[in-house]
Amino acid sequence: MDFKGRDVISVKDFSKKEINEILIYAKKMVPYAKGEKQTNILKEKILSSLFFEPSTRTRLSFECAMHRLGGNVIGFADPNATSQKKGESLADSIRMADAYSDAIVIRHPQEGAARLSGEFADSPVLNAGDGAGQHPTQCLLDLFTILTEKKKINGNKIVLLGDLKYGRTVHSLAYALSLFGAELIFVSPQSLKMPKEVISECKDFGVEPTNTTNLDNAIKDADVLYVTRIQKERFPDAEEYNKVIGTYKVDTELLKHAHNDLIIMHPLPRVVEIDPHVDKTPNALYFKQAFNGVPVRMALLSLILGGKKL
Amino acid sequence: MKELKVTPIKKGTVIDHIPPCMALKVLHVLKIPEATSSAVSVAMNVKSKMGKKDIVKIENKELDKREVNKISLIAPKATINIIRNYEVVEKHRVQLPDEIVGIVKCSNPTCISNFREPVESRFIVVNKDPPHIKCYYCERDTEDIAERII
Repeated sequence: MDFKGRDVISVKDFSKKEINEILIYAKKMVPYAKGEKQTNILKEKILSSLFFEPSTRTRLSFECAMHRLGGNVIGFADPNATSQKKGESLADSIRMADAYSDAIVIRHPQEGAARLSGEFADSPVLNAGDGAGQHPTQCLLDLFTILTEKKKINGNKIVLLGDLKYGRTVHSLAYALSLFGAELIFVSPQSLKMPKEVISECKDFGVEPTNTTNLDNAIKDADVLYVTRIQKERFPDAEEYNKVIGTYKVDTELLKHAHNDLIIMHPLPRVVEIDPHVDKTPNALYFKQAFNGVPVRMALLSLILGGKKL
Repeated sequence: MKELKVTPIKKGTVIDHIPPCMALKVLHVLKIPEATSSAVSVAMNVKSKMGKKDIVKIENKELDKREVNKISLIAPKATINIIRNYEVVEKHRVQLPDEIVGIVKCSNPTCISNFREPVESRFIVVNKDPPHIKCYYCERDTEDIAERII
């Protein structure tokens, strides 16, 4: 399979076979991501890191991934210091970044921004989150985490919890997990239910997700609990946000209902949805999951920039 | 002598087989009456072999491809009859293309296509009848298509 020069806009742009290849290559990247081994396969390559919205893990792990591969990074994390502030269109900003670098990673508040960027850049564009839209590299690192911890993706019973309406990670993840044949349970407040078009996509792969508001029952025989933050910034109305914040809390009491080998994942940042006491339990996987962003993004950058295979 | 409710036109377009009560939406997407000063006849809830239908007759105007595409989004079974000298010289059913460009505005207010960018709106046609379209940029489904036609 040839990944060289391809955009990474949505996980739907990749077949199951291609996703598997990325995950297998990411596994090889782990010792390099940890700094136990060194490589320079992207020496002389420059990545533009354009973050028009705040980010901690995604930006740092992309930049870390590029450095670990021997490449260089240019860019910004504060759009107020750029010509966007002067009213420049995204298309023009992308044309400039395209001229200065070999690949572009972009996070932007408007949905579809990465797809549009791909139209104006000859270099490959990687979507690091476009508003409430897609976040394909998060999805890939989530799949990688489940695969490495559970040794397989299909057949796992996976609970997606929290803001399933506005949460961008859960939409792509529900699609990808269905592609791999996982069993899905959606747990959310009534007002934040999974959109019907996402459920319809799951059904296209023969997966019939269960919808419930009861978390205690849902996690009884679950293999993975994927928790999401209820995102204040996505709510059109602050009153609606206040009604649902704190509806669910994952704590050690809740874990008494679960299997010992349940893994708890979260794309982070978390606010109140996971009690810090859970961090010390063997179930807490979210920090390891955040690290997994580095080998997965190393694998992607290497593949699309045509780096020598490790 | 039998009197016709709507008389034949000498020259122009007859849009037939519009779903009942959709004729006004057809006029809306064609920007009528602003777009023409010629006579326009509207017949609603007309009995036909297939039940009821609406018909729109526009004198002295032949629809272009873009206008036909607009109609296909709200009346996918409509037929377009081009009339010259009282004769039907061309008749075809509207055909929704696989992709719609620059005709519909994305219903998602935070879609990049609704911002000041040098691109036209673009939609992938998921289903032709009933029409179901998805924004190429933000991947959202568009509801109330008739209200979103530019």
